Amino acid sequence: MKRLSEERTKVLFQKLSQYIGSNVKLLIERPDGLYCFREQKDRVYYVAEKVLKFGESIPPEQLVSVGTCFGKFTKTNKFRLHITALNYLAPYAQNKIWVKPSMEQQFLYGHNVTKAGLGRISEATEKFQGVLVYSMSDLPLGFGVAARTTLECKHADPLAVVCFHQADIGEYIRSESDLL
Amino acid sequence: MDVVSNIVEKSLRDAEKSITVHKHLDLQYDLGTLLAVDTNSLDLKSLRDNRNEYLLNLSRDNVQLLLNKIWELPTQQIDETLVVKLPPAKFVLPRARPVPKPKPLTKWEQFAKLKGIKKTKKAKLSWDEQLNKWVPLYGYKRAAAERERDWVLEVPATADPMEDQFLRKKTGRVEKVAKNELQRLRNIAKARNIKIPRVGVTHPDVSSSKDLQTSITVARSATASLGKFQDKLPKEKEARGVNELVPGSNRKRKLPAVSNEQERDHNLQIIDSVLSKRPKINIEKAMARQIHSKPVEQSEENSRSKPNTHGKRKNLKQKGKKPASNNNKVQKKGKKGGGRKRR
Repeated sequence: MKRLSEERTKVLFQKLSQYIGSNVKLLIERPDGLYCFREQKDRVYYVAEKVLKFGESIPPEQLVSVGTCFGKFTKTNKFRLHITALNYLAPYAQNKIWVKPSMEQQFLYGHNVTKAGLGRISEATEKFQGVLVYSMSDLPLGFGVAARTTLECKHADPLAVVCFHQADIGEYIRSESDLL
Repeated sequence: MDVVSNIVEKSLRDAEKSITVHKHLDLQYDLGTLLAVDTNSLDLKSLRDNRNEYLLNLSRDNVQLLLNKIWELPTQQIDETLVVKLPPAKFVLPRARPVPKPKPLTKWEQFAKLKGIKKTKKAKLSWDEQLNKWVPLYGYKRAAAERERDWVLEVPATADPMEDQFLRKKTGRVEKVAKNELQRLRNIAKARNIKIPRVGVTHPDVSSSKDLQTSITVARSATASLGKFQDKLPKEKEARGVNELVPGSNRKRKLPAVSNEQERDHNLQIIDSVLSKRPKINIEKAMARQIHSKPVEQSEENSRSKPNTHGKRKNLKQKGKKPASNNNKVQKKGKKGGGRKRR
């Protein structure tokens, strides 16, 4: 378990700011204590200082997970968010997409959101911006990348993709063994 | 007489005894290989007491049994000797040497196996339409036929008109052979696990961007500080697989320990720098708004001038239907009215 290098920290924050914008600060400046990011086997964990102290007493080779896994760095040094980060991103989300009940299952099986399944979309969503995907009853389902701006969505045909799938809570079942 | 008869009887009994052997379990025979397998258990006591004698007797008995079996086979007399033809062998002898390892696949064979490409056999002769005769796949007759057929060569549109196409064909063939030889040697080196030296950057026409990246990464490390203070382009990627060429690349340094408060402040600084780099005015967003405001304006205009456009469209339709009729204004109006009535 080690601190993220400056380069990787930058990559991580850039990715997070795509989803929650300037709210990234709130992940670090928390009133309830110190929180930090730690790296273990290319995976990034969001850990409270308290938990970190316990975690540091375990040899790194034997440590499976500590805190919450936010995602992992690929071999090309890009950051991939995992679904486990959803709980921390959902409250701060700036751009949201609500999907209709008919689209919900499709999305949870790992498909993109089409215009037909789009219930609502937050205003001024940019193209290729990270968005949080909610069900119509405001339950966060996962996140993706907006394929079109809000305005473009209005004119899109029903089968056009509105949001590219990135992660969904169906992964808790589908890739149970990979998640940490 | 009594003594003599006794001796004869005894010798007869001995002879009988030497031929017949009693065993609890029958032996397993494979006469083809002259093999008999005795599965009876050994008499441990006599084995311990007088081993040599016991083993000698046991093997004599077993050989006797084997020979008895052989005598049961049909015999022939060839040149005053008795000959037995042995049946085919059943027992599979284990090989003395280890099984040879399969030949390592060449790079192409590996690829073909992965993709499921199968070798198809080409016919040895093929019919040549131009020459009207059968031409072999290779050999001097093939070369002669090609020479006969390609007495003139087309100059491709992209090629230099002054280039000798015959020479080009010839050198191309030589290059092909050389390449094949190189690949053959490379395959051998790979099979024997020999390291081949890197080729390096050969020629700008041949080398790829990857080669360039490799040479940049390696060259950058050639300073007194191993390239630590060399500038980088903003999105430049390090070449991979050059660890052996770049000194100190295998060493991983741990970041120095800092207090959590310091770390938090440092992270906040990074966040600020990340956020400040985002443009205040998003050009794409503005463009999208501009583009999409146009259709909105147009649709507004359309709605304002709806009756006009409607009429025009009607006219067009009429034109399409009846191109022959010369319609003037009066006719138009009349038609328009009719249309409304229909509704």
